[in-house]
Amino acid sequence: MPALSVQDLHVRIKDAQILRGVSWSVEHGQTLGIVGESGSGKSMTVLAATGLVGPPLAQVTGRAVLGAPHSSGRSSGGPDGPASATLPDGGGQDLLTLSPAGRRAVRGRRIGFVFQDPATSLNPILDVERQLTEGLEEHLGMTRRAARGRALELLEMVGIPDPERRLRAYPHELSGGMRQRVMIAIALSCDPDVLIADEATTALDVTIQAQIIDAVRDLQERLGTAVVWISHDLGVVGGLADEVVVLYGGQVVEQADVLTLFAQRSHPYTEGLFASRPRLGSAGGHLTTIPGSPPDPRSLPAGCVFYDRCTLRSDPRCATHRPELVPLAPGHLVRSFCATPVRDAPLDPEETA
Amino acid sequence: MSVHDAPLLQVEGLQVRFPVRTERRKAWVHAVEDVSFSLAHGETLGLVGESGSGKSTIGNALLGLVPPTAGRILLDGHDVTSARGPSLRELRRRVTMVFQDPLASLDPRRTIEDSVREPLEIHRLSPGRERGRRVADLLDLVGLPRRFADHYPHELSGGQRQRVCIARALAGDPEIVVLDEATASLDVSVQAQIMNLLQDLQRDLGLSYLFISHDLAAVEHMSHRVQVMYLGRLMESAGREEIYAAPGHPYTQALLSAIPADDPVVERGRRRILLRGDVPSPVSPPSGCVFRTRCPLAIDVCAERVPEPVGLGAGHVAACVRAGERVPAGT
Repeated sequence: MPALSVQDLHVRIKDAQILRGVSWSVEHGQTLGIVGESGSGKSMTVLAATGLVGPPLAQVTGRAVLGAPHSSGRSSGGPDGPASATLPDGGGQDLLTLSPAGRRAVRGRRIGFVFQDPATSLNPILDVERQLTEGLEEHLGMTRRAARGRALELLEMVGIPDPERRLRAYPHELSGGMRQRVMIAIALSCDPDVLIADEATTALDVTIQAQIIDAVRDLQERLGTAVVWISHDLGVVGGLADEVVVLYGGQVVEQADVLTLFAQRSHPYTEGLFASRPRLGSAGGHLTTIPGSPPDPRSLPAGCVFYDRCTLRSDPRCATHRPELVPLAPGHLVRSFCATPVRDAPLDPEETA
Repeated sequence: MSVHDAPLLQVEGLQVRFPVRTERRKAWVHAVEDVSFSLAHGETLGLVGESGSGKSTIGNALLGLVPPTAGRILLDGHDVTSARGPSLRELRRRVTMVFQDPLASLDPRRTIEDSVREPLEIHRLSPGRERGRRVADLLDLVGLPRRFADHYPHELSGGQRQRVCIARALAGDPEIVVLDEATASLDVSVQAQIMNLLQDLQRDLGLSYLFISHDLAAVEHMSHRVQVMYLGRLMESAGREEIYAAPGHPYTQALLSAIPADDPVVERGRRRILLRGDVPSPVSPPSGCVFRTRCPLAIDVCAERVPEPVGLGAGHVAACVRAGERVPAGT
């Protein structure tokens, strides 16, 4: 069973429909890439699935099933959280029906998080040691001394030089790349089954980004962690992910394994995302753009959510009916009436903002 | 795009240092050290580098926003390094700037018209009665509907706000626009719209751009020439094709190697140049070549003296004693 699977997730905040039936899953040892523009719902799927966003702010429905713990023979500390009630999913538990205490026992223990900005994710008044050992003591019941030893190992594992000294450092004394490594070390401290990285390298310089991606790949290989990698950067996702989900207007509009998505992407929006990137070797000339801007979640169009911006709309149903997510080929899902292999069809370079 | 011979802007030996106090000792942040370059009419010069490389400080120094501690800035042959009063105001009409975050660049309590009109008032351009029309023309120019004049920044999308910032930067008919990460905070589809707009404006108005960015693909797309900076110093400078096809400096090679390949198959099969460690502190930069502490090609002599620029072809120089050598991947 998947390490984490989200099923038909809906999120509503006041009159805004942020997510409208998002489903995806990630297997142990695999990486799921989630791509899309600002406001597409990328971050919301993981925030809602893990209970970091929920009532009373948001109405959340659907399921977020965390699979049975990965048995790879590595040392996994204490018992699972108090609320590891077994559900009919064969050892999985639905995070959305867990008690708040049950969810707290899972977050940080079985699911690790790395967010975009390490400066705001770390506590500025605690040193690195305390921030690393807190979870180990809380979740795994380690003693202070044992936790300190483990913290040292973790810093070494993520490639921080001179870890003894770094344990005593405060976040402001570390560079951006170093802070993000500390975040990754914290996220991995309890041997989580799932690592969620939300724009984890976006704020970093490219050479540091390359170091971090290398470290994540290496750790995944050794520990068999399932990774959910959220990014707007198709290049980074292409290099890391096994499976890719493209979100638009709070829905999955295309899903495929990474090679299929890069070679045979089919949704007009996915094609637009690829075409509008400046790429090395594509200098000069005009870039293809996606006209307009993403839809307002408070007033979504009656038909296809991409209708207003789509330059390939050709079906009479586009304006009036909402397309379903249907398989175009085995494992390749597309939500569009105009889904054809459009790889070579140029989009209209008309532009408005 | 016509590029005249005489440089519009010439920067000679620019140095910017900021004083800092560390443990009761006075020290200096070496933000920019001995940087020289020129910018021709209608040309885009890409300035690329990572955080702390000094690229934004150069832009700020051009507009007189930070005082250089050494060196000269010549605009049309006139020294504007320490311009004050009316001549500083005139400098800031001729050289303007668009920043990364359009929301932070616009006053939330002023309408779009107010923001675009302000430079016209400061520089006393076009008679008061005609300013409204000029604002409307500027909105047309950047592709915004005129009805946005009465709107406030929060009512616009990120791309629209950046168009407002561009309109404001163009209000006084500048010759040079410094684009400091101007497309960095935008989503990829909107980024493409803004980059296209900037290229159209350059063609129609004959503008020169200093395009400052950490995004090598964006820099390649926009620039005629590219300069790579690291820790306040110029590492390499070349024409666009040249620098991407045949990077001569080990740092440029590492930067290019760090960009994920376009094709996942290629990306998984390739080995990149991985730089060790972090950028050193600009308060006490390494002796000799500032890149030597992370350079896979560093040799003893690198610690002894600052490397001279080495010519690698027409208009292509790299400040490295081993310029032109290839860094093996996987190091």
